[in-house]
Amino acid sequence: MTRIRCLLPALALALAATHVAYGAVTVGVTLSATGPAASLGIPEKNTFELIGSPVIAGQKVNFIILDDKSDTTEAVKNTRKLISEDKVDVIVGSTVTPNSLAMRDVVAEAEVPMISMAASALIIAPTDPKTHWVFKTPQNDSLMADAIAVNMRANGVRTMGFIGFADAYGDSWLNEMRRSAQTAGIKIVAEEKYNRNDTSVTGQVLKLMSAQPDAILIAGSGTPAATPQKDLVARGYKGKIYQTHGVANADFLRVVGADGNGTLLPAGPLLVYEQLPESNPVRKSAAEYVTLYEAKYGPGSRTTFGGHAWDAYVLLQRAIPEALKHGQPGTQAFRTALRDALESSHEVAASNGVFNITPGDHNGMDNRARVMVRIENGKWVLVK
Amino acid sequence: MDLSIAALLAQDGITNGAIYALLALALVLVFAVTRVIFVPAGEFVAYGTLTLAALQLGKSPGTVGLLVALALGAGAMECVAVARRRAWRALPRRLGLYVAAPLAIAATVHLAAPLQLSLPLQIVLAVASVTALGPLVYRVAYQPLAGASVLVLLIVSVAVHFVLLGLGLWFFGAEGSRTPAFTSASFRVGGVNISGQSLLVLLFSLLLIGALYLFFERTLYGKALRATALNRVGARLVGISPNLAGSLTFLLAALLGAFSGVLIGPITTVYYDSGFLVSLKGFVGAIIGGLASYPLAAAGALLVGLLESFSSFWASAYKEVIVFTLIIPVLLWRSLSTHQYEDEHE
Repeated sequence: MTRIRCLLPALALALAATHVAYGAVTVGVTLSATGPAASLGIPEKNTFELIGSPVIAGQKVNFIILDDKSDTTEAVKNTRKLISEDKVDVIVGSTVTPNSLAMRDVVAEAEVPMISMAASALIIAPTDPKTHWVFKTPQNDSLMADAIAVNMRANGVRTMGFIGFADAYGDSWLNEMRRSAQTAGIKIVAEEKYNRNDTSVTGQVLKLMSAQPDAILIAGSGTPAATPQKDLVARGYKGKIYQTHGVANADFLRVVGADGNGTLLPAGPLLVYEQLPESNPVRKSAAEYVTLYEAKYGPGSRTTFGGHAWDAYVLLQRAIPEALKHGQPGTQAFRTALRDALESSHEVAASNGVFNITPGDHNGMDNRARVMVRIENGKWVLVK
Repeated sequence: MDLSIAALLAQDGITNGAIYALLALALVLVFAVTRVIFVPAGEFVAYGTLTLAALQLGKSPGTVGLLVALALGAGAMECVAVARRRAWRALPRRLGLYVAAPLAIAATVHLAAPLQLSLPLQIVLAVASVTALGPLVYRVAYQPLAGASVLVLLIVSVAVHFVLLGLGLWFFGAEGSRTPAFTSASFRVGGVNISGQSLLVLLFSLLLIGALYLFFERTLYGKALRATALNRVGARLVGISPNLAGSLTFLLAALLGAFSGVLIGPITTVYYDSGFLVSLKGFVGAIIGGLASYPLAAAGALLVGLLESFSSFWASAYKEVIVFTLIIPVLLWRSLSTHQYEDEHE
């Protein structure tokens, strides 16, 4: 007891000295740093570690980062823990769509804003009390699918084949591509599925090739998307090969090697920000992020996935000062104000695009959030 | 589907089937001698490929660190065991086997990593370092519980699987790797291209199976393992150490796993968690052989490879379902045609 008494003045002194830290903004992050989505979650985690504990509008902002192992139950558990134990002001996460979908109920119930780093438009649609609190930074798949269809059309593609992951990612892409292709007047002549861990995709590739499409879209993420591509090239497929923005990391280039030459994909502008015109609004934020990231994790280590984490931070950077006018961090007034501030993000230039968030669109990205990129000798080259 | 597509699919199925067969053999071997269901077999496959890929990049693979840690752990356990029984004379030999040998391999791999040696030498290094993990894993995780029931050993296996899986993510990262092809040659036989790579996989698998056969038929150690598999108590009575048999079995199983990894590396991209699914398919093959018969297990694994290849052509979305559903009729048939007997009859 005497020991505690001795400590009390010291504690009071410490509190007084750091009164800024008292009531600091707390951001709870849950992401998939391990498990099947680890290749997306790790750069996100790196990005938050890079951000550290910055000071925004005189307020210290603390990040609490938890790993949900790419598991839905774990993501929900993390979210509950962050809200009830750590009393966070905002949740960022998770990396993948199923996790983010499940987390919506928890944040809506606790009335805490949430910024997802997963791609599916389902996370923020339709506008209802549940999605009221939910925002997301990655581009909708439909935006990317349209970019592919437009590019195919310009290249004279009439028929296309599709091979994608046998999971939510592949299914979502197949649905979007069916719609985009129909709009562009392109016929999908073959639809195949494969698994991330398949040792061989020969069967699917042979079936695709026997349908003789002008172009083939591979809807996979990270290095597993290289497997069908290498097989297609090895079997002498002569048409164009398209990939999705899921492959935009250096590991994909390493694994696909020379077989990747000429591949086209839509991607966040961050991937090729140096090649954008100076006037592009995305350039500044992308340059800031990539310079910081590559200084720590090595040249060429940038990924658009880490960019989604950075963009969540960019949104918060603008929204937190607004919200502080309405309440102290840790109060419901602050959380509600933060949500409202996020919803009024107007022309916020981030690393992967420009956000114009409205009550009807909690993503708010437009065509400036995508560019077509071609792989040339292990480099990403902007298609003008 | 025409004949040339069927031929390509068959070739693909046989190539994968040959790799599954090696794993099926490893699973049968480990179960027969030690009653362990070797869940972490797949991790040895993934470690094999990824260690080779790391050597290709001129980096010292994470396997080296694991080898050192396990060797020190096993060494400490040996010291305690020897001190308890005051059998000091056995200490130098055991420390040599469990500590000095793995440390020597680890040091060689670590020093040779930046030299960018030729592919065959790198393969030797990768296989050696992963193979050395086998007996150490047995010494540290299984030997203290060697007398436990099959269920307890299975639980230990699952634990070892998860530990190795997590370490794999830590060592090699989340993204996969490929290793260069052994050969880019291909032959045209009757209008069908046969890749030299597939032939080599088949050849190496057959060579390895042949070598195993000779080992079991012609050598004293091989016969000792067979004796242990037939009758554990009897083998012990005639002076075969169960610890030696266990370590030797895991050495062979790790060798088969590492070799499968090296063979599969040029065919597909391997991830830290790829091995489990590959070994599961080997397991289906082993189940067809009733976890007892080597030729039946190999044939079963080949069947799995072919089934997988053809179902990926016809119904790619249901491929895994088709492959793993195969196990149901096989189990049904086995449980009806063979009469049950207690495994714990010692």
